[in-house]
Amino acid sequence: MNRFANPARFMRLSDRLIPWCAALTVVSLAIGLWGALFVAPPDYQQGEAVRIMFVHVPAAWMASLIYFLMALASGVALIWRHPLADIAAQAAAPLGAGFTLVCLVTGSLWGQPMWGTWWVWDARLTSVLVLFFLYLGYIALVNAFDDATRGSRAGAVLALVGIVNLPIIKFSVDWWNTLHQPASVFRMGGPTIDSSMLWPLLVMAVAFMFYFSTVLMLRMRSAILSARLRAVRLGAAEALDAAALGSPS
Amino acid sequence: MMDEVTHFLAMGGYARFVWPAYGFATLVLGGMAVWAWRQYGRQRRQWEAQAGARPRRGR
Repeated sequence: MNRFANPARFMRLSDRLIPWCAALTVVSLAIGLWGALFVAPPDYQQGEAVRIMFVHVPAAWMASLIYFLMALASGVALIWRHPLADIAAQAAAPLGAGFTLVCLVTGSLWGQPMWGTWWVWDARLTSVLVLFFLYLGYIALVNAFDDATRGSRAGAVLALVGIVNLPIIKFSVDWWNTLHQPASVFRMGGPTIDSSMLWPLLVMAVAFMFYFSTVLMLRMRSAILSARLRAVRLGAAEALDAAALGSPS
Repeated sequence: MMDEVTHFLAMGGYARFVWPAYGFATLVLGGMAVWAWRQYGRQRRQWEAQAGARPRRGR
């Protein structure tokens, strides 16, 4: 694991992986959208509005998954001080916030025709909104310090504390009386939705995962290059200072 | 043919909810990808300019 977490090795590996992940994103997205818009039948109760689910549900899964990965990377960064772990967590945060926003907005667009309201303060919706604010809080906290190391450490602690929200999101529909329907895919006893709707949903989730991997690697590469540039410039500035101090005035 | 397209776009009367949902997702996910790609391009150009000004030590 440590072997692959070396920044130089990551740069070489990601250089080869990004084109593959990008291509797989395009292919799986095309298949997923074809299944979602043309193959899946309209729901017997929701009609064509059910097609919103093919974006909403995978976005919701990604919102939680990315937070979990971000918290995991933060834990690794805090315990082992691994340089790539902080970079990964910080590169993932805006993507997680984006998926959470997509989940909230598409959910709202589904809720208006189905529930008769854009928003309701029920446990599932509120806990996902809290997740969105956790992402924003993490991003703000990491950038709030002049010293980048202190910012990263404070952000990592917040990411770890915020992980308590994930089981609340998952089980909110079982623990409380909510307007939001209970799980229909990842549940004891298997999925309750028909395979004609299940496969486009899963392919869309795969597409979102490839998309996330591609953009995450791009953002991590940017962060590594930016850190290298800073180090080179700092080295050059220090060399200049040393030369100025050493030269006779 | 035209009727089929109109029927598809109407989304059984839910067009004003379904299409904005897909549009918003495209906007956010597409926007984040373009942002990341441009940011990477900028960093890479800066790094290459810096690397060109001193002895090369790999990417």
